[in-house]
Amino acid sequence: MEPVLFVIFGAIATGGAIMVVTRKHPMASALYLILTLFAVAALFVLRQAHFLAAIQVIVYAGAVVVLFVFVIMLINVPEDKLPVERVTGIRFLGVLVAGLLILESALVARRSGMAGTPAVDSGSVQAVGRALFTDYLLAFEITSVLLLAAMIGAITLAKRKI
Amino acid sequence: MMEPSAYLLLSGILFGIGVAGVVARKNVLIIIMSVEIMLNAVNVAFIAVGSYLGDVTGSVFAFMVMTVAAAEAAVGLAILIAIFRLKETVDVTELSVLKW
Repeated sequence: MEPVLFVIFGAIATGGAIMVVTRKHPMASALYLILTLFAVAALFVLRQAHFLAAIQVIVYAGAVVVLFVFVIMLINVPEDKLPVERVTGIRFLGVLVAGLLILESALVARRSGMAGTPAVDSGSVQAVGRALFTDYLLAFEITSVLLLAAMIGAITLAKRKI
Repeated sequence: MMEPSAYLLLSGILFGIGVAGVVARKNVLIIIMSVEIMLNAVNVAFIAVGSYLGDVTGSVFAFMVMTVAAAEAAVGLAILIAIFRLKETVDVTELSVLKW
């Protein structure tokens, strides 16, 4: 069952990601981004990472994309003011290099040499919670400081007068 | 049973698409979205390897990556709004005030 679902959701995630980077209007990109994030959440469920799948839907699809949609509506660039994007040599080269990166990672993935094992229950809420509040307590606390700094930074930057 | 390399390959593909979006697009909103795709690709690799090794560390670090992604989106979009007030554009090629 897992290979079939992997192919389906992997194809949805890849197709959605391609649509995100190729759409002209950012609003269409944001909606395709939601599709990609949901497909990735489904992949997390396939690997028994239920906690991360829930967080993915709540934080990414819920909060981050809503933030994107808010900003797109707030700055509201009219259709004819969007940057005109032509295929130039240097940008074609950039896409080519990204394609090389994919090939390279495919080679590395082939050589990873890990055995295929059934997904064990290593990503449940209980397991992740225990690890977060014992072994990784310091990292967890620093994360909260990071979020505080980001919050203060965002509020300060978005103020009318800096 | 799935090979772990399939997940790593998918992770690489998503990351490459994100890189293509960052280097080829001009719209700064889409560039930030491409960065989000890249961070998600990293999470796929973390989760896949973590579950194949039966280790919870993969999930923990994917959690950290998500926190950083949320912070990055908040600060990045705030900077974008500040720049848009100043220059009235979302075109990155026109944002060259630091260049001399």
